[in-house]
Amino acid sequence: MSEVMKSHKRRNFLKTGAGLAIGLGAISINGLGTEPPIKDAGKKIKVLMPDGSLAEVDEKSLSTRTGSMQPAKGPKAKEGIPGRKFVMVIDLGKCNNARKCIEGCQKGHNLDTSQEWMTVHLRKDNHQSEPYWFPKPCYHCDNPPCVKVCPVGATYKRSDGCVLVDVNRCIGCKFCMSACPYSARVFNWEPPPKSSEANQDYSPETSVPGQVGTVGKCDFCPDRSRQGKLPYCVNSCPMGAIYFGDMNEDAISNGTETVSFKELINNRAGHRILEELGTYPSVYYLPPVDKAFSYERGLKNLSEEQKKKALENLSKY
Amino acid sequence: MKRQSIDGSIFKEFNYCTTPPSTRWLIIVIVLMVIIGVGLYTFILQGVKGHVITGMRDYVVWGVYITNFIYFLGISYACAMISCFFHLTRIQWGKSLMRILELIAFITIIIAPVYILLCIGRIDRLHFLAFHGRIQSPIIWDVIAIVTDIIFCMVYLFLSYVKDFARLRDYTAKLDIADWKKKLYRKLALGYAFEHEQEKRLSSAMDIMAAIIIPTSIVAYSLLAWLFGMNLRPGWHSSIFGPQFILNAVYSGVAIIIIIMWFYRRILKLEKYITDNHFYFLGYGLLILTLFFGYFVFSDFITNWYNTQKTTSILLQKLLDNSQYGIMYKGSLFITLFLTIVVIGIPQLRTVNSIFLVSVLVMLALWINRYLMIVPVLETTYIPISDPRPEYIKYDPTIVEWILTVTGLAVFMLFLMIMTKLAPVIPVSALEEKSTFKLFGKFSFKDHSK
Repeated sequence: MSEVMKSHKRRNFLKTGAGLAIGLGAISINGLGTEPPIKDAGKKIKVLMPDGSLAEVDEKSLSTRTGSMQPAKGPKAKEGIPGRKFVMVIDLGKCNNARKCIEGCQKGHNLDTSQEWMTVHLRKDNHQSEPYWFPKPCYHCDNPPCVKVCPVGATYKRSDGCVLVDVNRCIGCKFCMSACPYSARVFNWEPPPKSSEANQDYSPETSVPGQVGTVGKCDFCPDRSRQGKLPYCVNSCPMGAIYFGDMNEDAISNGTETVSFKELINNRAGHRILEELGTYPSVYYLPPVDKAFSYERGLKNLSEEQKKKALENLSKY
Repeated sequence: MKRQSIDGSIFKEFNYCTTPPSTRWLIIVIVLMVIIGVGLYTFILQGVKGHVITGMRDYVVWGVYITNFIYFLGISYACAMISCFFHLTRIQWGKSLMRILELIAFITIIIAPVYILLCIGRIDRLHFLAFHGRIQSPIIWDVIAIVTDIIFCMVYLFLSYVKDFARLRDYTAKLDIADWKKKLYRKLALGYAFEHEQEKRLSSAMDIMAAIIIPTSIVAYSLLAWLFGMNLRPGWHSSIFGPQFILNAVYSGVAIIIIIMWFYRRILKLEKYITDNHFYFLGYGLLILTLFFGYFVFSDFITNWYNTQKTTSILLQKLLDNSQYGIMYKGSLFITLFLTIVVIGIPQLRTVNSIFLVSVLVMLALWINRYLMIVPVLETTYIPISDPRPEYIKYDPTIVEWILTVTGLAVFMLFLMIMTKLAPVIPVSALEEKSTFKLFGKFSFKDHSK
């Protein structure tokens, strides 16, 4: 947590060009916060502030953050990407259960079709309200119950907010699975499917290849963030319902638009699930208002059994 | 109790440990060995094929295995506690049960951890617990507690045997039995020669061990309860879990000692040492513990039911619904809260055999009770399971899990049978001792029984 707080102090600003919001190459301004001011003033450069206004800063106070584009391995994978605090916002008004996020995630992480790191549930807030589709990734909690209980430190919290699993360390005791109040974790009951991805060098950031007898879950795709790409689920969503970005930069993107995280959460009543448990999730939801389609449209993407189960669950609210 | 002479004639009563095994004994041992063999094969099969051959899935991540783990561990801690309690308080009638209790405590604490190993997906990485262990994790608390208790149980069991081994060494010296057995007694007796100084040290060591084992067992079993209590889950995240686990453990401990002493008394003809009163006394104990058990169940239930959170009410609904866990839940409560009270409470129904039968049923009910503490809770998530696969929604144990459960029982029985051949299951030397009340070799109380 302390590292996250530190990175908060160092203000990172977004360079012009929305697409560059994520990933490396972001420019930071020295001289603010705790760092000593630079004496020789040189050429001034205009930069776009998160609130949309332009600011003029000294050229020498700008430095391009460089880092490895490669997924971190070994002990390096335990440290977060410097200065980042990843956050996800899911617009429940947009989701119509296309299930493309699930497919994209499964393809990207070489998962069997039976394994879903991202799940989509049919939910209802109370018995009066209209049902809505509810995508559920891992919430990458800031106070993660799963990390607390791991006996061997195989699952850990990083400074950039990601909660990752090191399958080379995991002993498969499944305690993290029972500890997670959101049921975000899945067990590798069988070896991962054989494919070209399965041969790549393992990194907890890519989570590929998985191992039988260990635990897997949504990893927030930090390997893609390193390359300036959005997570698989965000890229795959045809509705643009999932936004992903950096809380420190206060910028999140769904691939087509980049918006201010704070503004979005404040203006659209963003909330987190089971806030009362004190887990401090990194995933926020925008309420299911102004839905483009009725929830019934999403039912057609489910198998008969899935449909039955989804409707049965509705009666529990 | 009348003091016996030291010449060893008392062993004539326990000649089963110095005579060759009977055919019946051999047949039962072979049957148990076959069961254990099948169990070993199943164990290896699970190691090779993975957890997919069990009924455990993403939501019910533990099932029958962890139920057995809690069950056996509870028996172990309870028997250790009761035995140490008898030892420290010098309760005369308890002396003849002390060894049986210690034997049960020892074998169950050896069996129990095997079940937790069966819950681990990568047994090949077990050493990570030592190399990368995190003290923050309740699993590490449990590992430390169990290892400590195994050591304590072994030491205490052995100390309680030393005098009898010395007796057997002297007694068998002139007898015509196998040389290896004579040698074994000689080695195990550790040169004990009933000298005053030796006696003082041994009795002091046993007092200290007994005094340590009681609190250690309470802490260790509470740690196991907290392994569940630390989860943010309706049904587990409860402060009653620790005390409830301890009470259930002692309850099962009293029931199992009634069952085992019934068998020993019948098979080994120990009527002189295990009297009807033993059954009645422990039966009263069982009755009192039943009432406590009922109090805990009621307290837990009414708190959850009166003003209830949504997920908790779904959980309670599952326990009451006959198409789900209703029959198991109500059945286990019927046995514990009705049958036990009626059979032991009404003098006309209270016999040695009825107490034994009730104890068998109580053991069954307490297993179900543990199962219901685990499985329905894991099936009841905050965000309802949307996976339609039936095996993911509802836990269904496979034959693999049942075989390994029976194997655990077989190991338990085999151990108790083999130990009867090593030394008497009644601590002969303890019975011969003068009934002085001396604790830790220091504090002596005047004995009013003389």
